[in-house]
Amino acid sequence: MIYADNGATTKISKQALEAMLPYFESNWGNPSSLYHFGQQAKEALESARMQIAACLGAEPEEIYFTSGGSEGDNQALVSAAVNGARKGKKHIISTSFEHHAVLHTLKKLERHGFEVELLDVHENGIISPEQVANSIRPDTCLVTVMFANNEIGSIQPIQAIGKICREKQVIFHTDAVQAAGHIPIDVVAQHIDMLSVSAHKFHGPKGIGVLYARKGIPLTNIIEGGAQERGKRGGTENLAAVVGMAVALKDACDNLQENADHVTMLREKLIGELNKIPHSILNGDRDKRLPGNVNFCFEGIEGESMLLLLDDRGICASSGSACTSGSLDPSHVLLAIGRPHEIAHGSLRLSLSEYNTMEEINQIAEAVKNVVEYLRGISPLWHEKVAGKREFLLP
Amino acid sequence: MALYSDKVMDHFRNPRNVGSIENADGIGEVGNARCGDIMKIYLKIDDDIVTDVKFETFGCGSAIASSSMATELIKGKPLSEVAQLSNKAVTEALDGLPPHKLHCSVLAEEAIQAAIDDYHKKTEAIVQQN
Repeated sequence: MIYADNGATTKISKQALEAMLPYFESNWGNPSSLYHFGQQAKEALESARMQIAACLGAEPEEIYFTSGGSEGDNQALVSAAVNGARKGKKHIISTSFEHHAVLHTLKKLERHGFEVELLDVHENGIISPEQVANSIRPDTCLVTVMFANNEIGSIQPIQAIGKICREKQVIFHTDAVQAAGHIPIDVVAQHIDMLSVSAHKFHGPKGIGVLYARKGIPLTNIIEGGAQERGKRGGTENLAAVVGMAVALKDACDNLQENADHVTMLREKLIGELNKIPHSILNGDRDKRLPGNVNFCFEGIEGESMLLLLDDRGICASSGSACTSGSLDPSHVLLAIGRPHEIAHGSLRLSLSEYNTMEEINQIAEAVKNVVEYLRGISPLWHEKVAGKREFLLP
Repeated sequence: MALYSDKVMDHFRNPRNVGSIENADGIGEVGNARCGDIMKIYLKIDDDIVTDVKFETFGCGSAIASSSMATELIKGKPLSEVAQLSNKAVTEALDGLPPHKLHCSVLAEEAIQAAIDDYHKKTEAIVQQN
């Protein structure tokens, strides 16, 4: 099997898995218990918190453990909204291609009387800091812009946006689920007030994540319960997962440049090969993109059939076609960057990690070329384009 | 459990009757590019019997499998019988489709009906010419 869907999830690293095992086998106490056995668990929890804080440039008391990226996004947005509403500020700025954890929470806030403004992300999938500056109003309570897009990999000018928000005293949250462990994050230098992270995107375990909230930013609970996480997130801590996440994030951050160099090299090779397929287009900015993200649209074919045929060849990938999104419309991200529906249906995302090899990349490129050619061969849409009865939409 | 039945995967991987027929007696095309699926059916008809049928499909796995199965179900059959082909028959022959994919079998039924309509129109035109 060739795994090229690291944007969906990643394989847990050996180091992370091994670090977790003692917290199932021997050190399985409850960190809230006051006896020694519980306090040993508490120590492990706080040591993981310190490690994670260091990776993000944060203080340990600014780190809150969550169940993952979606929970972090939910809590960050609701917290900023509650703070804003107290001061009569109910305007929120975001982008049209956020993850649904953000977009659906914004929809919920709209139903509670908030006004949400979604910025255009342009054809390259990048917003400009000026758009944010021009949209901020006296009643803006939150700017939330993802660090890097999960589908097309485009990286946003986070530091510049953060600077503007800090100057205008507006809370700035970023969904860094795809960025953490892959590109540099420093919450202080980048003026980030809140940030969500998910461990399974950087070879950590699933079901665990981090919400960073800068000191002084009050959080509103999503999960009520005991005094865990300084009263801001109830529920007995998933200690083994927290430890695994800390190890995985430290590994990722310690080897960030080396991994990024290797993965970028693989990405460039794959983009170069897939670019040779006529009537196709790379989605997302050519340079400001995640090291492992490759996302193409191929004219005249549909994404799900591509995925099934790639699966037959042992290749795991994903698509933004309607058939794979479970809705009638193709990916909102591809529509946001201006791809017509027809083109968006033919999208393919290959997301690489440092575990991939050049040999695998060559196999993927060969398989994609074959599959695209085969599906075009049975597509009436493609034949009509070739016959000149319909216009080609892609060069 | 897999998304699709073995039958669906078989017809998706090895579609029957793929291609086109030159000077077909009836051609039906349904669906649209915006929605992500288009099916085109070509019929060869002699003495009210479907003697040959081919299809081309732009769409997902179940769209390709549904068109393949539909062509198998009508090949060699009299037009009267072909006109009765329902999406249910296509779905059943495929050992079922996931609920959100049932529209693919509907498209297959519609494409075949459109091809028959086209055949009738063409024959009427010939009759009128004579």
